[in-house]
Amino acid sequence: MSATSASRTAVACTGVTKFFGAGDTRVQVLHGIDVEVAPGEITLLVGPSGCGKTTLISIVAGLLEPTAGDVRIFDRRLGDLRGDALVAFRARMIGFVFQQYNLLPALTAAENACLPLLVQGRRRSDAIREARELLAAVGLGGKADARPAQLSGGQQQRVAIARALVHRPRLLVCDEPTAALDAESGRTVMELLRRVSLDADRAVIVVTHDSRVYGYGDRIIEMGDGRVIGVSPAAGFRESHS
Amino acid sequence: MGWVALKMLTGDRAKYLGLVFGVAFASMLMSHQVSIFCGLMLRTASQILDVRDAGIWICDPELQTVDEIKPLADTDLYRVRSVPGVRWAARLSKALGRVRTADGRYRTAIVMGLDDDSFVGAPRQMLLGSWHDLRRPDGVILDDAGYSYLFPGEPIAVGKTLEMNDRRVVVVGICRVAAPFQTFPVMYCRYSQALQYVPHERHALGFIVADADPGADPAAVCRRISERTRLAAYDARSFVWLTIDYTMRSTGIPVNFGITVALGFIVGTAIAGQTFYLFTLENLKQFGALKAMGVTNKRILVMILLQAGVVGGLGYALGMGAASVFFEVTKDIYHLRGFFLPWQVAVGTAGSVVVIMFLASVVSIRRVWTLEPAIVFK
Repeated sequence: MSATSASRTAVACTGVTKFFGAGDTRVQVLHGIDVEVAPGEITLLVGPSGCGKTTLISIVAGLLEPTAGDVRIFDRRLGDLRGDALVAFRARMIGFVFQQYNLLPALTAAENACLPLLVQGRRRSDAIREARELLAAVGLGGKADARPAQLSGGQQQRVAIARALVHRPRLLVCDEPTAALDAESGRTVMELLRRVSLDADRAVIVVTHDSRVYGYGDRIIEMGDGRVIGVSPAAGFRESHS
Repeated sequence: MGWVALKMLTGDRAKYLGLVFGVAFASMLMSHQVSIFCGLMLRTASQILDVRDAGIWICDPELQTVDEIKPLADTDLYRVRSVPGVRWAARLSKALGRVRTADGRYRTAIVMGLDDDSFVGAPRQMLLGSWHDLRRPDGVILDDAGYSYLFPGEPIAVGKTLEMNDRRVVVVGICRVAAPFQTFPVMYCRYSQALQYVPHERHALGFIVADADPGADPAAVCRRISERTRLAAYDARSFVWLTIDYTMRSTGIPVNFGITVALGFIVGTAIAGQTFYLFTLENLKQFGALKAMGVTNKRILVMILLQAGVVGGLGYALGMGAASVFFEVTKDIYHLRGFFLPWQVAVGTAGSVVVIMFLASVVSIRRVWTLEPAIVFK
């Protein structure tokens, strides 16, 4: 990715290696990954299934520990954070959009969207008010009191995006956000993601193998067999893969 | 996050109600059965509990229960009276006799023969008449339950004539007493009358009831009576426990009730545990998402314990409410009276529900505690 100064780097992975299992079943999933992600951009992480995208994103998000190597998020070394400190860092700095949305079925859209604020100890009424504002920004102002079961897949994903952004994280991690959606809904979600999430101070990483969304990225990291095959501007990548 | 936990819990109505009613069922079964058991045990000692004016019971040393009587010699009364520390002592007989109504209906009755002079052991709660009326010729006091057995459907009244052992008996009073173990009428009369109403052996004196001098230690007086007379002497509480202990040792009642209570506990734990675990499994991804968003294991633990607490509290309240309603509704039914919900049972059931919910939530807590938040990307 970009070889920029530390202050211009949102995510820096150095020699990230990951093994799963032990003994005869020990499998190396990541082979010394070195990548950087810049703020103010949407970075797409692409590659075939099983190439290590999900493992890498889990490590970047602080959900998995690398077997070796180093991950820095806005100059903060994740390896220096342990237990509750890591959890608090994640709660403050990172927003998540999941493939299956993972909305709580018993909560309304506004209640789901305000969860990261509640995790940070905000008052429920304030948190719901802020969540409603963000839902309006993603075009769901009229659905704030609907439960997930009353929303379409695209609408649920928009609620998930509102949830991921409500606490103003500096890193947004999206795992296959369009995989469960039809083409039209996927396009809407990606347009929305680009419109509401891009910020000069925020980095967005989208894991995908949906070639339809390549046009919404600024930069693409291509992975294969646990390694980074290439890093290129999205425009060039689209042309070479069209 | 407690609010989120409660929303998650109540979101799936079917599972939520299943959990609550599972715990309610267990609470109801445990509290109801233990209360009935306690009531039955107290019934075995009801004639002891009804004698409130004597603190000491003297009987044959081999006696194991108030119902298994080996009569004492009449002279034993005077020997007991002579023991230092005994304030007074009086006769009391207890026997079974057959009582017959004018229209041929008959029942076996518990006949309590009271000391002719002092009437120690006379019923305290009189519904009609007075225990003084026992001085009247052939006068007996009958308990209201017994009256209803002998004269079903008739309002209680004095003046009814009965027959016992070919002798005329006149009901001069109606009392209310503790329900006996068997649903027999309880009849009070003078000791001298009782000898005529009930066929008896050479001796008829079942018990001597006594009281200690003011300031004297009843236990010490009992020991002294035993030493000097070679008779058994118990304070009333010990005599109650002697009878209850005999029933517990020599009948299958404790085992059978114990099995029912254990089943209530096991079924309650199984229903609550299984449903709670299924509920957690179905929400595993959501818990993973919460963990990814920064909810610590400690907060998840609190969330699950809160869910368990709410289910346990509601289930306990419903179960105890149902048990209380049962005892309230049945308290005036003669053959079901005497059963009640002791506070100790309520406390014990609450403890059992805490254990049930703890066991039910432990598996779920373990599952969520070890859950890798990275599961949300799978």
